Amino acid sequence: MIIAASSTAEYVNHHLTFLTSGEGVNALNLDTLFFSTLLGLLFIGVFGLAARRATSGVPGPLQNFVEVIVEFVDTSVKEGFQGPREFVAPLALTIFVWTFLWNLMDLVPVDLLPLAGQQMGLPYLRVVPSADMSATFALSISVFILILIYSVKGKGWGGFAKEMLYHPFGSFPLLIPANLLLNFVELLAKPLSLALRLFGNLYAGELIFILIALLPWWAQWVPGLGWAIYHILVITLQAFIFMTLTVVYLSLAYEKH
Amino acid sequence: MGVNATLLGQMITFILFVLFTMKFVWPPLTAAMAERAERIADGLAAAEKGQQAGEEAKVQVEAALNEARTEAAALIAQAQKRHNDVVDEAKGVAAEEGSRILEAARAQIEQETTLARETLRKQVAVLAVAGAEKILVREIDAAGHEQMLNELAGQL
Repeated sequence: MIIAASSTAEYVNHHLTFLTSGEGVNALNLDTLFFSTLLGLLFIGVFGLAARRATSGVPGPLQNFVEVIVEFVDTSVKEGFQGPREFVAPLALTIFVWTFLWNLMDLVPVDLLPLAGQQMGLPYLRVVPSADMSATFALSISVFILILIYSVKGKGWGGFAKEMLYHPFGSFPLLIPANLLLNFVELLAKPLSLALRLFGNLYAGELIFILIALLPWWAQWVPGLGWAIYHILVITLQAFIFMTLTVVYLSLAYEKH
Repeated sequence: MGVNATLLGQMITFILFVLFTMKFVWPPLTAAMAERAERIADGLAAAEKGQQAGEEAKVQVEAALNEARTEAAALIAQAQKRHNDVVDEAKGVAAEEGSRILEAARAQIEQETTLARETLRKQVAVLAVAGAEKILVREIDAAGHEQMLNELAGQL
């Protein structure tokens, strides 16, 4: 608890407040936008550099590192998605690396960047984009739109409509409303679960780190170390889950039944 | 908490990043990886081929070596035979030469013996005549008895 705050509640609240511009629904979380874009630029910068220098000969350390990730994502996509992969594979790579970098911000000491921000006159600063529902929903709604596009692409308008109306109970007219309802719920559950899973995990993680920071300084390192090590697993796993589920959803959407 | 306009900004950023990755990151990397995989496969195939060629060369070398060995053995045997022949021939020639020299020596000895005998006979005759002359110096008419003495010398 380095940042001055009169009470525990105020400290926690301070850490959970975004740096915003604008009011209500029109507000922009500047910190989320800034850090996610910065991390995204880091991603395309490093990967773009590796891609520009890519050689089929002996790869350097950067290319090796990048290739391991690309290979990993490519294998996951190959296993999950049967259709053309020109778009889906780069999508999966972007989701995986970008989300991972978002999550990685959770391992930065909770007070470090907010304190630096305060020195520069920023009253609030939240550095973990995946602990912002706007960011996670932005990803999952984009994926949702892609699910709709791939459904139409894979099954055609007629096929998609037929599936919505006749699946899973059958084509008997009285069953159509039930089918439709179920399919809508199923369809909407996908972006919801994607976004909320990522958000929930990282929000909880961040909160625990904030609570650990409230302990006396000599007692912080045991729970802090334990939680951070556990979190290395969580942030990787959550990035992987988001990517894999995206691929699976797109695969389900694209497949003809 | 909650969702606000940040979402739209994030979606736009996300789409831009995906498009960038799709255009500039994914294709070159996967192409390089696929090409490397192909090159490795080619290299392995070439190594396999090379190994096979090596094996074949080894067999060929072994065959050539065997042939050379057989040839060398034949050559040695032939040389041995030739050597024996030459030695035998030389032996024959030497024996012949030896016997020829021996023959010549014998002939010479014979000749010299004859010559010596002749000389001796003549000297004996002279001696006999000289002796007889001394004994019979008065009575004997040298001319009258010469025929008889010559006959005697011829009988010696």
